[in-house]
Amino acid sequence: MTEPLSSTLTSPLWSLGVEILVSLLIVIGAAFTCLGSVALLRLRDFYSRLHGPTKATTLGVGSLLIASSIFFSAQGPGLSLHEILVALFLFITAPVGAHLMAKAALHLRVRGQSGLPPDALLDGQGVAQPDPQAAPRPVPRPASRIDADPLRDAD
Amino acid sequence: MILPWALNIAFVLVSLALLLSLARLVIGPDKPDRILALDTLYVNTVALLVLLGIRLASNLYFEAALLIALFGFVGTVALSKYLTRGDIIE
Amino acid sequence: MTRLLPHPILSLMLLGLWLLLVNSVSVGQLLLGLVLAWAIPLYTARFWVSRVRVRRPLVLLRLLGVVLYDMLVANLSVARLVSGPIARIHPGFVRVPLRVQGNVAVSLLANIVSLTPGTVSVFLSADQRELIVHALQADDPEAIIGVIRHRYEKPLLDALEQV
Repeated sequence: MTEPLSSTLTSPLWSLGVEILVSLLIVIGAAFTCLGSVALLRLRDFYSRLHGPTKATTLGVGSLLIASSIFFSAQGPGLSLHEILVALFLFITAPVGAHLMAKAALHLRVRGQSGLPPDALLDGQGVAQPDPQAAPRPVPRPASRIDADPLRDAD
Repeated sequence: MILPWALNIAFVLVSLALLLSLARLVIGPDKPDRILALDTLYVNTVALLVLLGIRLASNLYFEAALLIALFGFVGTVALSKYLTRGDIIE
Repeated sequence: MTRLLPHPILSLMLLGLWLLLVNSVSVGQLLLGLVLAWAIPLYTARFWVSRVRVRRPLVLLRLLGVVLYDMLVANLSVARLVSGPIARIHPGFVRVPLRVQGNVAVSLLANIVSLTPGTVSVFLSADQRELIVHALQADDPEAIIGVIRHRYEKPLLDALEQV
């Protein structure tokens, strides 16, 4: 598996400085990716675990992608910027995914270390099985449900 | 040669991350935990593919990484919506 | 703007995305990108429920810089918390009253909150007046609310205008 790497490191733009930079970014990125998963395994409740992958992992993969961009730019003909596309995509989708997962967890009433926010607030989205202890819905739902939550699709 | 060493360290770290996420996927305990573990697995796979692309000095892995990132997000959204609403397409 | 070019900024972004995706700036790809950047907003214009006007682009650009910097800090702080003893972490929910209005501004704020130190936006109340945020270290809820309000919400209030 060593041949492709050693045979291509002959480009004029490839210098020791670039190599150190790329190596550093790769190790930092991998370390953060790993830390995100460590957080996923170590923390005690679901809502805390949400923090690890949404932050550490996005930065980790972002750093790896920057390294890849520099590597291919220094090697091949011309700049290689399409790695930025993946990084951008991850940065946009990570918070949205986290929000949706958290909403699912709140809907299922997954308990966190510090309890849950008041039920009256969460009831805005309709519970599948009516909870006898839940407070009655305080306000009627707004007429246009599309506007109720920008992160949710229209019904 | 610093880069091969850095790559080896990175491969070990990202593989470890995959294993840790897999452990969370197996342990659970709640359904959202498993979705989160799957989501993390997807992102870790993207990292692994990017590393492989650098290792083999090939641009081919980029497309695979992009597709896995896309499908991972769609999968996370679909599973979360299924838990919240009971069905995905209404 | 006009009927023929409903979202100029979106068109520009689509062109940029296309050029990044194909990883080249040849004439052919540029033309194809221009066609896509013109056709996609035209075709999807009806799906865009709410629109905003950017009043002060510089403020928005500065906010982008702040967020990128905070993301770096967020990662370091989360990394430190996670690798240390877990008993020191006191997570909790914080209710943040919102001043921004409109789908675009609120979702921007929610995403920024998720990407920055120790907080993930978890739930938005049905009337869009309150954002529930989960903080990894929730010893001082007032401080968290203050940071969100002054650091992220104020620039959004200043820069965006609902159309």
